[in-house]
Amino acid sequence: MNPLIPLFVIIPLVGAFLIMIIGRFIKEFNKYFASLILFSLALISFYFLFTTRENSFVYKVGGWEPINNIPIGIYMVMDGFTAIVVCIINFIGFLSAFYSISYIKRYTSENYFYALFCLMIAGMNGVVISGDIFNIFVFLEISVISSYALVAFGVEKNELEASFKYQVLGGLASFLILFGIGFLYWKAKTLNIADIKGAFSNGYDKTYYLFVQILILSGFGLKAAIIPFHAWLPDAHSSAPSPISAMLSGVLIKAVGIYVIIRLFFNMFYISEGMSVLITTLGTLSMVIGVFLAIGQWDIKRLLAYHSISQMGYVVMSVGIGMILVSRGVRNEVAALAITGGIFHLINHAAFKGLLFLNAGAIEYSTGTRDLREMGGLAKAMPATSATSFVASLSISGIPPFNGFFSKLIIIIAAVMARFYLLAALAVIVSIITLASFMKFQRYAFYNEDPDKKKNSIKEVPFPMLFSMIILSIVCLLLSILVFPGIRELILTPAIDILMDPSKYSSQIIGM
Amino acid sequence: MTAYIMCFILFLVGLYGVITRRNLVKIAVSMSIMEISTFLFFALLGYIDGGVAPIVDPADPVQTYVDPLPQALVLTAIVIGLATTSMMMAIIIRLYRKYGTFDIREIKNLKG
Repeated sequence: MNPLIPLFVIIPLVGAFLIMIIGRFIKEFNKYFASLILFSLALISFYFLFTTRENSFVYKVGGWEPINNIPIGIYMVMDGFTAIVVCIINFIGFLSAFYSISYIKRYTSENYFYALFCLMIAGMNGVVISGDIFNIFVFLEISVISSYALVAFGVEKNELEASFKYQVLGGLASFLILFGIGFLYWKAKTLNIADIKGAFSNGYDKTYYLFVQILILSGFGLKAAIIPFHAWLPDAHSSAPSPISAMLSGVLIKAVGIYVIIRLFFNMFYISEGMSVLITTLGTLSMVIGVFLAIGQWDIKRLLAYHSISQMGYVVMSVGIGMILVSRGVRNEVAALAITGGIFHLINHAAFKGLLFLNAGAIEYSTGTRDLREMGGLAKAMPATSATSFVASLSISGIPPFNGFFSKLIIIIAAVMARFYLLAALAVIVSIITLASFMKFQRYAFYNEDPDKKKNSIKEVPFPMLFSMIILSIVCLLLSILVFPGIRELILTPAIDILMDPSKYSSQIIGM
Repeated sequence: MTAYIMCFILFLVGLYGVITRRNLVKIAVSMSIMEISTFLFFALLGYIDGGVAPIVDPADPVQTYVDPLPQALVLTAIVIGLATTSMMMAIIIRLYRKYGTFDIREIKNLKG
């Protein structure tokens, strides 16, 4: 029992209520309090990142102890993989909240904004630390309902339309997930992830099992915007206020989509080869199609949103390669390398995509437009924004020494070692096209001549926005040290171990 | 078994509505129908023929009880469904104020 684990849900939930009540009387309370909450959460998550290592912590809600080794309460689990994702959520969340201090002045009703922001964080933290599949659904709904509201926060035509689309597809995904949970409960008679794995250990109906896997994959795939399910993402992510876009693209699709897919398929289901080939195919499709859809865009935030689909494709493809090898039971070290690449790219994507959306927000804040054709020559007027977005563009297109290079390198090496030469070649080509589309972004936004010579009025953005962008660009550079031996064992290896070892997760959770 | 098939048909009715209707409110109603079919499925999961409410009676310990857990899950899911439905209705009202119509064919600013 570790009493710190439920704080990840309790602090932001209580914070949201306090912001609504106290923020009514004290005007400046909401913004500083929200940043303070997220800063404290980020500190706790860093504490867990460095203490979790090989062991898992479990918190049993209500103190219900297992009877005959059958868990009956709700479990909250903190292991190596969870610690990484929790860290991403709260750290990017803190920087986005700090950035919002200046940015959100252009909207009314700031109290609602910060309260919804805290609720979204509470939901995502809950999804990630929950060890119980129905609780994953409940927390997922908390975070997506608040993100529906945050996407529509501008209440103009585009925002409302995007939010409606997001709600219809998000609702469909929720029903698919709920059906999947129902089917799992029908056969397993338990909801605990570790226990479900045990319930299927002595034989199961193959067709039924496959059906459940497809339901769960399509439900969470819709939330993660893998390619056939991606229609809502570019609208929703480009219409939201920029700090929220950074949260949605940098964190939400990972925490409620990719994380849950990886966790359930490695730690709850027995991996079959057909399923892992399907996941790899979906990942490759989103990697390739996403980047081709991105390159024709002129709206900065739409361009970045399509790149999110493509970069998530890298993660899914790489994890899928790992799954194929695990299901065949051969060459475990290559499988571990592929999964390392996927998870490392997931961390990196949070840093650089968050930074790029914050840059897009800064440009929109200063110039009032998101269309690349109407900008130009911003490098002189906004030196810090230009420099940080240059770092982020290099990271996302995989130029050394930034973090994106190392994760893409690991993914490509793993694909070659696993003898998927076509996938390795596609990964390289997609990376080159990504570079091309970010060259376009840099050139049109920062280095071209200004089309209508109005740049005298454009100023650099205020301090809180600069602070978040500069910190994130430093993080982009620092994350590349994760790849080196010594530090990799500290952070990445525990996460890989818990996924790779088929019985470790269940035995650790049930044993406690 | 019939009950499960009816429940699946209800889901398809909702899905058909979401795909073919052009009116925003009708889409929201179809979403609710899909939602109800999911709840119905959960309620069916715990049902046992001839089972009684799971209140343990020491005088008669061999009774068959229905599974109470799916009922608890359905109650939670209904509360969540209320939140999503009201959120969707709020957005629809705002959309009507901006566009002056419920027709989804006329609400298409976002493309590409």
